[in-house]
Amino acid sequence: MLNLKPNLDDTDGFYASLIAAHDGLTAAQSEALNARLILILANHIGNKDVLDAALEAAART
Amino acid sequence: MSKIFETPLYPYKRSEDQDASPTARHKVIVIGAGPVGLALAIDLAQQGMPVLVLDDNDRVSFGSRAICFAKRPLEILDRLGCGEPMVEKGVLWDTGRVFFDQDETYSFNLQPDSGHKNPAFINLQQYTFEEKLIERLRALEASGAPIELRGKNKVTALADNGDHVRLEVDTPEGSYLLEAEWLIACDGANSPTRRMLGHDFKGRVFEDNFLIADVIMQADFPAERWFWFDPPFNRGQSALLHKQPDNIWRIDFQIGQDIDRDEELKPENIHRRLRAMLGEDAEFELEWASIYTFQCRRMERFRYGRALFAGDAAHQVSPFGARGANSGLQDTDNLAWKLKLVIEGKAPEALLDSYSDERVHGAEENILNSTRSTDFITPKSKASRAFRDAVLALARQHEFARPMVNSGRLSVPCTYDGSALNGPDMAQLPADTRPGAPMKDADTGEGWLLERLGNRFQLLGINIEVPAALKLEGIAIEGLSLPATKDMKARYLGDAGTAVYLLRPDQHICARWLAYDEAALRAALKQAIGKA
Repeated sequence: MLNLKPNLDDTDGFYASLIAAHDGLTAAQSEALNARLILILANHIGNKDVLDAALEAAART
Repeated sequence: MSKIFETPLYPYKRSEDQDASPTARHKVIVIGAGPVGLALAIDLAQQGMPVLVLDDNDRVSFGSRAICFAKRPLEILDRLGCGEPMVEKGVLWDTGRVFFDQDETYSFNLQPDSGHKNPAFINLQQYTFEEKLIERLRALEASGAPIELRGKNKVTALADNGDHVRLEVDTPEGSYLLEAEWLIACDGANSPTRRMLGHDFKGRVFEDNFLIADVIMQADFPAERWFWFDPPFNRGQSALLHKQPDNIWRIDFQIGQDIDRDEELKPENIHRRLRAMLGEDAEFELEWASIYTFQCRRMERFRYGRALFAGDAAHQVSPFGARGANSGLQDTDNLAWKLKLVIEGKAPEALLDSYSDERVHGAEENILNSTRSTDFITPKSKASRAFRDAVLALARQHEFARPMVNSGRLSVPCTYDGSALNGPDMAQLPADTRPGAPMKDADTGEGWLLERLGNRFQLLGINIEVPAALKLEGIAIEGLSLPATKDMKARYLGDAGTAVYLLRPDQHICARWLAYDEAALRAALKQAIGKA
Protein backbone atom coordinates (compact mmCIF):
# COMPACT_ATOMS: atom_id res chain seq x y z
CA MET A 1 0.00 0.00 0.00
CA LEU A 2 1.23 3.48 -0.82
CA ASN A 3 2.41 5.30 2.30
CA LEU A 4 1.32 8.96 2.25
CA LYS A 5 2.24 9.57 5.90
CA PRO A 6 5.59 11.20 6.78
CA ASN A 7 8.29 8.55 6.36
CA LEU A 8 11.65 10.31 5.84
CA ASP A 9 14.14 10.10 8.70
CA ASP A 10 15.87 13.40 7.80
CA THR A 11 13.33 15.42 5.83
CA ASP A 12 15.28 18.69 5.64
CA GLY A 13 18.54 16.89 4.89
CA PHE A 14 16.97 14.95 2.03
CA TYR A 15 15.31 18.06 0.61
CA ALA A 16 18.60 19.97 0.71
CA SER A 17 20.39 17.11 -1.11
CA LEU A 18 17.64 16.96 -3.73
CA ILE A 19 17.91 20.69 -4.48
CA ALA A 20 21.72 20.58 -4.40
CA ALA A 21 21.68 17.78 -7.02
CA HIS A 22 20.11 20.27 -9.45
CA ASP A 23 22.58 23.08 -8.77
CA GLY A 24 24.09 24.40 -11.98
CA LEU A 25 22.03 22.16 -14.29
CA THR A 26 20.14 23.44 -17.33
CA ALA A 27 16.38 22.86 -17.45
CA ALA A 28 16.87 19.88 -19.78
CA GLN A 29 19.54 18.39 -17.52
CA SER A 30 17.27 18.85 -14.48
CA GLU A 31 14.41 17.13 -16.23
CA ALA A 32 16.66 14.23 -17.20
CA LEU A 33 17.97 13.94 -13.65
CA ASN A 34 14.42 13.81 -12.30
CA ALA A 35 13.49 11.13 -14.85
CA ARG A 36 16.44 8.97 -13.83
CA LEU A 37 15.66 9.51 -10.16
CA ILE A 38 12.02 8.47 -10.58
CA LEU A 39 13.06 5.28 -12.39
CA ILE A 40 15.60 4.40 -9.70
CA LEU A 41 13.03 4.96 -6.93
CA ALA A 42 10.35 3.05 -8.86
CA ASN A 43 12.65 0.07 -9.18
CA HIS A 44 13.33 0.21 -5.45
CA ILE A 45 9.60 0.21 -4.70
CA GLY A 46 8.99 -2.61 -7.12
CA ASN A 47 5.31 -3.21 -6.48
CA LYS A 48 3.10 -2.22 -9.46
CA ASP A 49 0.02 -1.46 -7.33
CA VAL A 50 2.00 0.93 -5.14
CA LEU A 51 3.49 2.65 -8.18
CA ASP A 52 0.05 2.98 -9.80
CA ALA A 53 -1.27 4.57 -6.59
CA ALA A 54 1.68 6.98 -6.57
CA LEU A 55 1.07 7.93 -10.19
CA GLU A 56 -2.55 8.62 -9.39
CA ALA A 57 -1.75 10.69 -6.27
CA ALA A 58 0.70 12.81 -8.27
CA ALA A 59 -1.76 13.29 -11.14
CA ARG A 60 -4.65 14.23 -8.88
CA THR A 61 -2.83 16.92 -6.86
CA MET B 1 2.64 59.90 23.64
CA SER B 2 6.27 59.27 22.87
CA LYS B 3 7.22 55.69 22.08
CA ILE B 4 9.47 53.70 24.37
CA PHE B 5 12.08 53.48 21.63
CA GLU B 6 12.17 57.27 21.36
CA THR B 7 12.93 57.70 25.08
CA PRO B 8 16.54 57.89 26.34
CA LEU B 9 16.53 55.15 29.01
CA TYR B 10 20.22 55.42 29.82
CA PRO B 11 21.24 58.97 28.93
CA TYR B 12 24.89 59.97 28.89
CA LYS B 13 26.36 60.82 32.27
CA ARG B 14 29.97 61.72 32.91
CA SER B 15 31.88 58.90 34.60
CA GLU B 16 34.83 59.38 36.93
CA ASP B 17 36.73 57.03 34.58
CA GLN B 18 36.81 59.94 32.11
CA ASP B 19 39.11 61.86 34.47
CA ALA B 20 41.01 58.85 35.85
CA SER B 21 44.78 58.57 35.81
CA PRO B 22 46.09 55.97 35.40
CA THR B 23 43.47 54.57 33.02
CA ALA B 24 40.65 52.73 34.80
CA ARG B 25 40.72 48.97 34.41
CA HIS B 26 37.57 46.82 34.55
CA LYS B 27 37.29 43.09 34.85
CA VAL B 28 34.66 42.78 32.13
CA ILE B 29 33.51 45.32 29.57
CA VAL B 30 30.56 44.44 27.35
CA ILE B 31 30.14 46.43 24.14
CA GLY B 32 26.51 46.80 23.08
CA ALA B 33 23.30 47.08 25.10
CA GLY B 34 21.03 44.99 22.88
CA PRO B 35 19.34 41.80 24.08
CA VAL B 36 22.62 39.86 24.13
CA GLY B 37 24.85 42.44 25.85
CA LEU B 38 22.22 43.21 28.49
CA ALA B 39 21.55 39.51 29.21
CA LEU B 40 25.27 38.82 29.60
CA ALA B 41 25.77 41.80 31.92
CA ILE B 42 22.80 40.77 34.08
CA ASP B 43 24.08 37.19 34.25
CA LEU B 44 27.54 38.29 35.40
CA ALA B 45 26.31 40.94 37.83
CA GLN B 46 23.82 38.69 39.57
CA GLN B 47 26.69 36.27 40.18
CA GLY B 48 28.68 39.09 41.76
CA MET B 49 31.04 39.69 38.83
CA PRO B 50 31.63 43.42 38.13
CA VAL B 51 30.59 44.39 34.61
CA LEU B 52 30.50 47.61 32.60
CA VAL B 53 28.29 47.92 29.50
CA LEU B 54 29.11 50.54 26.86
CA ASP B 55 26.56 51.46 24.21
CA ASP B 56 26.84 54.00 21.43
CA ASN B 57 23.12 54.80 21.83
CA ASP B 58 20.99 55.67 24.86
CA ARG B 59 17.72 53.92 24.09
CA VAL B 60 16.18 50.59 23.15
CA SER B 61 15.93 49.17 19.64
CA PHE B 62 14.00 51.18 17.08
CA GLY B 63 11.12 49.10 15.71
CA SER B 64 10.10 45.56 16.63
CA ARG B 65 13.03 43.66 15.00
CA ALA B 66 13.45 40.38 16.93
CA ILE B 67 9.93 39.42 17.96
CA CYS B 68 9.79 35.72 18.65
CA PHE B 69 11.30 34.21 21.79
CA ALA B 70 11.45 30.46 22.29
CA LYS B 71 11.16 28.33 25.41
CA ARG B 72 14.87 27.84 26.11
CA PRO B 73 15.67 31.60 26.06
CA LEU B 74 12.63 32.15 28.32
CA GLU B 75 14.12 29.60 30.73
CA ILE B 76 17.43 31.49 30.60
CA LEU B 77 15.57 34.74 31.32
CA ASP B 78 13.88 33.06 34.28
CA ARG B 79 17.33 32.29 35.64
CA LEU B 80 18.21 35.97 35.08
CA GLY B 81 15.16 37.04 37.07
CA CYS B 82 13.17 38.60 34.25
CA GLY B 83 11.39 35.79 32.38
CA GLU B 84 7.99 36.15 34.03
CA PRO B 85 7.35 39.81 33.10
CA MET B 86 8.23 38.95 29.48
CA VAL B 87 5.83 36.00 29.33
CA GLU B 88 3.15 38.10 31.02
CA LYS B 89 3.53 40.86 28.43
CA GLY B 90 4.15 38.64 25.40
CA VAL B 91 1.62 37.14 23.02
CA LEU B 92 1.48 33.37 23.41
CA TRP B 93 0.94 31.36 20.28
CA ASP B 94 1.23 27.77 19.22
CA THR B 95 -0.66 27.52 15.92
CA GLY B 96 0.90 28.19 12.56
CA ARG B 97 -0.95 28.32 9.26
CA VAL B 98 0.57 27.96 5.83
CA PHE B 99 -1.12 29.43 2.75
CA PHE B 100 -0.24 28.75 -0.88
CA ASP B 101 -1.71 30.97 -3.59
CA GLN B 102 -5.37 31.58 -2.60
CA ASP B 103 -5.91 28.95 0.08
CA GLU B 104 -4.78 27.56 3.38
CA THR B 105 -2.64 24.49 2.76
CA TYR B 106 -2.44 23.19 6.32
CA SER B 107 -1.93 24.25 9.90
CA PHE B 108 0.32 22.95 12.65
CA ASN B 109 0.37 23.12 16.41
CA LEU B 110 3.56 23.59 18.42
CA GLN B 111 1.96 22.82 21.76
CA PRO B 112 4.86 21.47 23.82
CA ASP B 113 4.64 18.47 26.15
CA SER B 114 2.98 19.25 29.42
CA GLY B 115 5.19 19.74 32.43
CA HIS B 116 7.07 22.84 31.32
CA LYS B 117 6.78 26.18 33.08
CA ASN B 118 7.36 28.22 29.93
CA PRO B 119 5.39 28.24 26.67
CA ALA B 120 6.85 27.12 23.33
CA PHE B 121 7.05 30.73 22.11
CA ILE B 122 6.06 34.26 22.90
CA ASN B 123 5.98 37.23 20.57
CA LEU B 124 7.39 40.40 22.06
CA GLN B 125 8.89 43.43 20.36
CA GLN B 126 12.66 43.69 20.77
CA TYR B 127 12.24 47.16 22.29
CA THR B 128 9.96 45.78 25.02
CA PHE B 129 12.34 42.88 25.56
CA GLU B 130 15.23 45.32 26.01
CA GLU B 131 13.16 47.60 28.22
CA LYS B 132 12.49 44.68 30.59
CA LEU B 133 16.18 43.75 30.63
CA ILE B 134 17.05 47.34 31.51
CA GLU B 135 14.47 47.24 34.32
CA ARG B 136 16.19 44.12 35.64
CA LEU B 137 19.60 45.76 35.31
CA ARG B 138 18.34 48.78 37.27
CA ALA B 139 16.92 46.53 40.01
CA LEU B 140 20.28 44.76 40.32
CA GLU B 141 22.05 48.12 40.40
CA ALA B 142 19.71 49.34 43.16
CA SER B 143 20.45 46.24 45.23
CA GLY B 144 24.18 46.98 45.01
CA ALA B 145 25.17 44.54 42.26
CA PRO B 146 28.33 45.65 40.41
CA ILE B 147 26.74 46.61 37.09
CA GLU B 148 26.92 49.85 35.13
CA LEU B 149 25.45 50.88 31.78
CA ARG B 150 26.93 53.90 30.00
CA GLY B 151 24.93 55.45 27.17
CA LYS B 152 26.48 57.42 24.29
CA ASN B 153 29.81 55.71 24.89
CA LYS B 154 31.05 54.67 21.47
CA VAL B 155 34.18 52.53 21.25
CA THR B 156 36.38 53.94 18.48
CA ALA B 157 39.66 52.05 18.85
CA LEU B 158 40.80 48.77 20.41
CA ALA B 159 44.07 46.99 21.12
CA ASP B 160 44.56 43.57 22.70
CA ASN B 161 47.62 44.01 24.93
CA GLY B 162 47.86 40.37 26.05
CA ASP B 163 46.63 40.65 29.63
CA HIS B 164 44.00 43.30 28.85
CA VAL B 165 42.27 45.13 26.01
CA ARG B 166 42.66 48.89 25.70
CA LEU B 167 39.63 50.84 24.51
CA GLU B 168 39.26 54.36 23.25
CA VAL B 169 35.74 55.57 23.91
CA ASP B 170 34.03 58.58 22.37
CA THR B 171 31.38 60.51 24.31
CA PRO B 172 29.47 63.79 23.87
CA GLU B 173 32.22 65.32 26.08
CA GLY B 174 35.17 63.92 24.16
CA SER B 175 37.05 60.66 24.29
CA TYR B 176 38.68 58.71 27.12
CA LEU B 177 40.56 55.47 27.64
CA LEU B 178 39.53 52.28 29.41
CA GLU B 179 41.10 48.90 29.99
CA ALA B 180 39.26 45.59 30.20
CA GLU B 181 40.65 42.29 31.43
CA TRP B 182 38.00 40.69 29.24
CA LEU B 183 36.12 42.34 26.42
CA ILE B 184 32.84 40.90 25.20
CA ALA B 185 31.56 42.21 21.87
CA CYS B 186 27.77 42.10 21.62
CA ASP B 187 27.59 44.89 19.07
CA GLY B 188 25.50 43.25 16.37
CA ALA B 189 25.88 41.92 12.85
CA ASN B 190 27.98 44.88 11.71
CA SER B 191 30.12 44.63 14.86
CA PRO B 192 32.58 47.54 14.84
CA THR B 193 34.60 45.57 17.42
CA ARG B 194 35.04 42.68 15.02
CA ARG B 195 36.10 45.08 12.30
CA MET B 196 38.52 47.02 14.52
CA LEU B 197 40.18 43.79 15.66
CA GLY B 198 40.35 42.60 12.05
CA HIS B 199 38.48 39.27 12.26
CA ASP B 200 36.74 37.44 9.42
CA PHE B 201 33.00 37.02 9.09
CA LYS B 202 32.38 34.53 6.32
CA GLY B 203 29.31 32.94 4.84
CA ARG B 204 26.56 33.16 2.29
CA VAL B 205 24.87 36.35 1.19
CA PHE B 206 21.19 36.27 0.17
CA GLU B 207 19.96 38.78 -2.38
CA ASP B 208 16.26 38.94 -1.55
CA ASN B 209 14.89 42.02 0.16
CA PHE B 210 12.21 41.93 2.84
CA LEU B 211 10.00 44.82 3.84
CA ILE B 212 8.92 44.63 7.47
CA ALA B 213 6.17 46.74 8.93
CA ASP B 214 4.75 47.16 12.42
CA VAL B 215 1.08 47.97 12.02
CA ILE B 216 -1.26 49.10 14.79
CA MET B 217 -4.77 47.84 14.17
CA GLN B 218 -7.85 46.44 15.85
CA ALA B 219 -8.19 43.18 13.95
CA ASP B 220 -9.74 39.87 14.79
CA PHE B 221 -6.96 37.73 13.37
CA PRO B 222 -6.10 35.15 16.01
CA ALA B 223 -2.71 35.03 17.73
CA GLU B 224 -1.22 32.65 15.17
CA ARG B 225 1.70 32.63 12.80
CA TRP B 226 0.42 32.97 9.21
CA PHE B 227 2.81 32.35 6.36
CA TRP B 228 1.95 32.82 2.68
CA PHE B 229 3.74 31.36 -0.30
CA ASP B 230 2.94 33.16 -3.55
CA PRO B 231 -0.22 34.93 -2.33
CA PRO B 232 -2.42 37.03 -4.67
CA PHE B 233 -1.40 40.19 -2.76
CA ASN B 234 2.33 39.52 -3.20
CA ARG B 235 2.71 37.42 -6.34
CA GLY B 236 5.75 35.23 -6.68
CA GLN B 237 6.91 36.17 -3.20
CA SER B 238 6.14 35.27 0.43
CA ALA B 239 4.59 37.08 3.39
CA LEU B 240 4.35 36.59 7.14
CA LEU B 241 1.87 37.90 9.72
CA HIS B 242 2.51 37.74 13.46
CA LYS B 243 0.75 39.31 16.41
CA GLN B 244 2.66 41.33 18.99
CA PRO B 245 1.45 42.91 22.23
CA ASP B 246 -0.48 46.22 22.22
CA ASN B 247 -2.45 45.46 19.00
CA ILE B 248 0.68 45.67 16.93
CA TRP B 249 0.99 43.29 14.01
CA ARG B 250 4.24 42.45 12.40
CA ILE B 251 4.09 41.92 8.66
CA ASP B 252 7.03 40.79 6.52
CA PHE B 253 6.81 41.01 2.72
CA GLN B 254 9.42 39.40 0.53
CA ILE B 255 9.91 42.01 -2.21
CA GLY B 256 12.54 40.41 -4.42
CA GLN B 257 15.96 41.42 -5.67
CA ASP B 258 17.23 44.65 -7.26
CA ILE B 259 14.63 46.90 -5.66
CA ASP B 260 14.55 50.67 -5.24
CA ARG B 261 14.72 51.01 -1.45
CA ASP B 262 13.66 54.65 -1.26
CA GLU B 263 10.68 54.01 -3.50
CA GLU B 264 9.60 50.91 -1.53
CA LEU B 265 9.83 52.76 1.80
CA LYS B 266 7.55 55.62 0.72
CA PRO B 267 4.51 55.51 3.03
CA GLU B 268 2.07 55.46 0.08
CA ASN B 269 3.76 52.36 -1.34
CA ILE B 270 3.79 50.56 2.01
CA HIS B 271 0.11 51.46 2.47
CA ARG B 272 -0.66 50.08 -1.01
CA ARG B 273 0.94 46.75 -0.05
CA LEU B 274 -0.85 46.64 3.29
CA ARG B 275 -4.24 47.41 1.69
CA ALA B 276 -3.73 44.63 -0.85
CA MET B 277 -3.10 42.24 2.02
CA LEU B 278 -5.50 43.45 4.70
CA GLY B 279 -8.33 44.67 2.47
CA GLU B 280 -9.32 48.12 1.19
CA ASP B 281 -11.42 48.82 4.29
CA ALA B 282 -8.84 47.81 6.89
CA GLU B 283 -8.08 50.55 9.40
CA PHE B 284 -4.51 50.61 10.57
CA GLU B 285 -1.67 52.88 11.47
CA LEU B 286 1.89 52.22 10.36
CA GLU B 287 4.23 52.43 13.34
CA TRP B 288 7.54 51.43 11.78
CA ALA B 289 8.87 49.96 8.56
CA SER B 290 12.24 48.86 7.34
CA ILE B 291 13.84 46.87 4.53
CA TYR B 292 16.34 44.18 5.27
CA THR B 293 18.48 41.67 3.46
CA PHE B 294 20.41 39.03 5.31
CA GLN B 295 23.38 36.74 5.31
CA CYS B 296 24.12 33.42 6.94
CA ARG B 297 27.67 33.64 8.27
CA ARG B 298 29.85 33.33 11.31
CA MET B 299 33.28 34.10 12.69
CA GLU B 300 35.71 31.22 12.55
CA ARG B 301 36.11 31.34 16.35
CA PHE B 302 34.22 33.33 18.99
CA ARG B 303 37.29 33.91 21.15
CA TYR B 304 40.44 35.74 20.10
CA GLY B 305 42.73 36.28 23.08
CA ARG B 306 41.06 38.64 25.53
CA ALA B 307 38.12 39.41 23.23
CA LEU B 308 35.03 37.25 22.98
CA PHE B 309 32.11 37.64 20.59
CA ALA B 310 28.45 36.85 21.22
CA GLY B 311 25.14 37.15 19.38
CA ASP B 312 24.94 38.62 15.88
CA ALA B 313 28.48 39.97 16.26
CA ALA B 314 29.67 36.34 16.16
CA HIS B 315 27.09 34.78 13.87
CA GLN B 316 24.30 35.97 11.65
CA VAL B 317 21.37 33.90 10.37
CA SER B 318 18.32 34.54 8.23
CA PRO B 319 15.29 35.56 10.30
CA PHE B 320 13.31 32.42 9.42
CA GLY B 321 13.09 30.32 12.55
CA ALA B 322 13.75 33.08 15.08
CA ARG B 323 17.31 31.95 15.61
CA GLY B 324 19.01 35.34 16.02
CA ALA B 325 18.27 36.76 19.45
CA ASN B 326 17.33 33.27 20.67
CA SER B 327 20.80 31.92 19.89
CA GLY B 328 22.45 35.09 21.25
CA LEU B 329 20.87 34.44 24.63
CA GLN B 330 22.21 30.90 24.55
CA ASP B 331 25.67 32.39 23.90
CA THR B 332 25.51 34.48 27.06
CA ASP B 333 24.13 31.53 29.02
CA ASN B 334 27.19 29.53 27.96
CA LEU B 335 29.73 32.30 28.50
CA ALA B 336 28.85 33.95 31.83
CA TRP B 337 29.71 31.09 34.21
CA LYS B 338 32.91 30.24 32.35
CA LEU B 339 34.11 33.82 32.48
CA LYS B 340 33.36 33.97 36.20
CA LEU B 341 35.37 30.81 36.97
CA VAL B 342 38.31 32.01 34.88
CA ILE B 343 38.34 35.46 36.49
CA GLU B 344 38.14 33.87 39.95
CA GLY B 345 41.12 31.67 39.05
CA LYS B 346 39.12 28.47 39.55
CA ALA B 347 39.33 27.35 35.93
CA PRO B 348 42.05 27.69 33.27
CA GLU B 349 41.64 30.26 30.49
CA ALA B 350 41.19 27.34 28.10
CA LEU B 351 37.65 26.98 29.46
CA LEU B 352 36.81 30.03 27.37
CA ASP B 353 37.82 28.16 24.23
CA SER B 354 35.01 25.73 25.03
CA TYR B 355 32.64 28.70 24.79
CA SER B 356 33.80 29.14 21.21
CA ASP B 357 33.64 25.40 20.43
CA GLU B 358 30.17 24.90 21.90
CA ARG B 359 28.62 28.03 20.46
CA VAL B 360 30.22 27.57 17.04
CA HIS B 361 28.47 24.19 17.09
CA GLY B 362 25.21 26.00 17.95
CA ALA B 363 25.78 28.62 15.24
CA GLU B 364 26.43 25.91 12.63
CA GLU B 365 23.14 24.26 13.51
CA ASN B 366 21.30 27.57 13.26
CA ILE B 367 22.97 28.54 10.00
CA LEU B 368 22.17 25.14 8.46
CA ASN B 369 18.52 25.33 9.47
CA SER B 370 17.98 28.95 8.55
CA THR B 371 19.76 28.52 5.20
CA ARG B 372 17.50 25.60 4.32
CA SER B 373 14.42 27.63 5.26
CA THR B 374 15.64 30.50 3.13
CA ASP B 375 16.23 28.20 0.16
CA PHE B 376 12.68 26.90 0.48
CA ILE B 377 11.11 30.34 0.87
CA THR B 378 13.18 31.99 -1.88
CA PRO B 379 14.06 29.21 -4.38
CA LYS B 380 17.26 29.98 -6.27
CA SER B 381 16.67 27.84 -9.39
CA LYS B 382 13.78 26.67 -11.59
CA ALA B 383 14.19 23.12 -10.31
CA SER B 384 14.17 24.34 -6.72
CA ARG B 385 10.98 26.31 -7.32
CA ALA B 386 9.33 23.34 -9.05
CA PHE B 387 10.01 21.08 -6.07
CA ARG B 388 8.93 23.78 -3.64
CA ASP B 389 5.63 24.30 -5.43
CA ALA B 390 5.12 20.53 -5.71
CA VAL B 391 5.60 20.16 -1.94
CA LEU B 392 3.09 22.94 -1.29
CA ALA B 393 0.56 21.45 -3.72
CA LEU B 394 0.90 17.97 -2.20
CA ALA B 395 0.78 19.24 1.38
CA ARG B 396 -2.87 20.21 1.06
CA GLN B 397 -3.97 16.59 0.60
CA HIS B 398 -1.08 14.49 1.80
CA GLU B 399 0.37 14.48 5.27
CA PHE B 400 3.77 13.25 4.10
CA ALA B 401 4.55 16.52 2.33
CA ARG B 402 3.82 18.75 5.34
CA PRO B 403 7.11 18.20 7.17
CA MET B 404 8.82 19.21 3.91
CA VAL B 405 7.20 22.66 3.96
CA ASN B 406 9.88 24.88 5.44
CA SER B 407 8.77 28.38 6.40
CA GLY B 408 11.31 28.41 9.24
CA ARG B 409 12.40 25.65 11.61
CA LEU B 410 11.69 27.31 14.90
CA SER B 411 14.53 27.69 17.34
CA VAL B 412 15.20 24.72 19.59
CA PRO B 413 18.02 24.54 22.13
CA CYS B 414 21.40 23.24 21.11
CA THR B 415 22.84 20.06 22.62
CA TYR B 416 26.63 20.26 22.88
CA ASP B 417 27.31 16.78 21.53
CA GLY B 418 31.01 16.05 21.38
CA SER B 419 31.99 18.93 23.67
CA ALA B 420 35.30 18.49 25.50
CA LEU B 421 33.45 19.41 28.70
CA ASN B 422 31.09 16.42 28.54
CA GLY B 423 31.70 13.56 30.96
CA PRO B 424 30.44 9.98 31.01
CA ASP B 425 26.98 8.97 29.87
CA MET B 426 24.76 6.00 30.72
CA ALA B 427 23.12 4.56 27.64
CA GLN B 428 20.03 3.27 29.44
CA LEU B 429 18.98 6.81 30.50
CA PRO B 430 16.79 8.89 28.12
CA ALA B 431 18.69 10.19 25.07
CA ASP B 432 17.21 13.71 25.24
CA THR B 433 18.97 14.41 28.53
CA ARG B 434 22.42 13.15 27.53
CA PRO B 435 25.58 15.09 28.45
CA GLY B 436 25.68 18.38 26.54
CA ALA B 437 21.88 18.78 26.54
CA PRO B 438 20.06 21.52 28.44
CA MET B 439 17.93 20.28 31.33
CA LYS B 440 14.28 19.77 30.43
CA ASP B 441 11.83 21.35 32.79
CA ALA B 442 9.66 19.05 34.87
CA ASP B 443 7.02 19.11 37.57
CA THR B 444 8.91 17.90 40.67
CA GLY B 445 5.82 17.74 42.85
CA GLU B 446 7.18 20.82 44.66
CA GLY B 447 7.41 23.35 41.85
CA TRP B 448 9.25 23.50 38.54
CA LEU B 449 12.58 21.77 38.25
CA LEU B 450 14.32 24.59 36.36
CA GLU B 451 13.39 27.12 39.05
CA ARG B 452 15.75 25.19 41.33
CA LEU B 453 18.61 24.91 38.88
CA GLY B 454 21.35 27.15 37.57
CA ASN B 455 23.99 29.70 38.62
CA ARG B 456 26.13 27.00 40.30
CA PHE B 457 27.22 23.43 39.79
CA GLN B 458 24.62 21.02 41.05
CA LEU B 459 24.32 17.32 41.62
CA LEU B 460 20.84 15.95 41.07
CA GLY B 461 19.93 12.58 42.56
CA ILE B 462 16.68 11.08 41.37
CA ASN B 463 15.29 8.37 43.63
CA ILE B 464 18.66 8.41 45.35
CA GLU B 465 20.26 10.55 48.07
CA VAL B 466 23.26 12.67 47.07
CA PRO B 467 25.34 14.87 49.45
CA ALA B 468 23.56 18.22 50.02
CA ALA B 469 26.80 20.23 49.81
CA LEU B 470 30.23 19.40 48.47
CA LYS B 471 33.38 21.33 47.63
CA LEU B 472 35.66 19.87 44.99
CA GLU B 473 38.47 21.66 43.14
CA GLY B 474 37.55 24.84 45.03
CA ILE B 475 34.05 24.75 43.56
CA ALA B 476 30.91 24.42 45.64
CA ILE B 477 28.44 21.83 44.41
CA GLU B 478 24.90 21.83 45.69
CA GLY B 479 23.14 18.48 45.93
CA LEU B 480 19.44 18.01 45.27
CA SER B 481 17.74 14.70 45.97
CA LEU B 482 14.35 14.47 44.30
CA PRO B 483 11.71 11.79 43.99
CA ALA B 484 10.84 10.42 40.54
CA THR B 485 7.58 12.14 39.65
CA LYS B 486 5.98 11.25 36.32
CA ASP B 487 7.87 14.02 34.47
CA MET B 488 11.17 13.26 36.23
CA LYS B 489 10.92 9.59 35.41
CA ALA B 490 10.09 10.20 31.76
CA ARG B 491 12.81 12.81 31.25
CA TYR B 492 15.61 11.61 33.50
CA LEU B 493 15.22 7.94 34.42
CA GLY B 494 13.62 6.06 31.55
CA ASP B 495 13.80 2.40 32.57
CA ALA B 496 16.49 2.95 35.21
CA GLY B 497 15.55 2.95 38.90
CA THR B 498 17.92 5.74 39.96
CA ALA B 499 20.11 8.37 38.33
CA VAL B 500 22.65 11.03 39.34
CA TYR B 501 23.21 14.06 37.08
CA LEU B 502 25.99 16.65 37.31
CA LEU B 503 24.74 20.03 36.04
CA ARG B 504 26.57 23.15 34.91
CA PRO B 505 25.59 26.64 36.06
CA ASP B 506 23.88 27.12 32.67
CA GLN B 507 21.58 24.13 33.34
CA HIS B 508 23.34 21.95 30.77
CA ILE B 509 24.19 18.37 31.68
CA CYS B 510 27.87 17.47 32.26
CA ALA B 511 27.64 13.78 33.07
CA ARG B 512 25.28 11.18 34.49
CA TRP B 513 25.47 7.88 36.34
CA LEU B 514 23.14 5.36 37.94
CA ALA B 515 24.66 5.88 41.41
CA TYR B 516 26.77 8.42 43.29
CA ASP B 517 30.54 8.07 43.34
CA GLU B 518 32.75 10.92 44.54
CA ALA B 519 35.79 9.99 42.45
CA ALA B 520 33.66 9.88 39.29
CA LEU B 521 32.08 13.19 40.21
CA ARG B 522 35.46 14.83 40.74
CA ALA B 523 36.69 13.61 37.37
CA ALA B 524 33.54 14.90 35.62
CA LEU B 525 33.78 18.26 37.37
CA LYS B 526 37.42 18.67 36.29
CA GLN B 527 36.37 17.84 32.76
CA ALA B 528 33.52 20.38 32.91
CA ILE B 529 35.84 23.24 33.95
CA GLY B 530 38.53 22.53 31.38
CA LYS B 531 41.01 20.97 33.86
CA ALA B 532 40.98 17.48 32.39
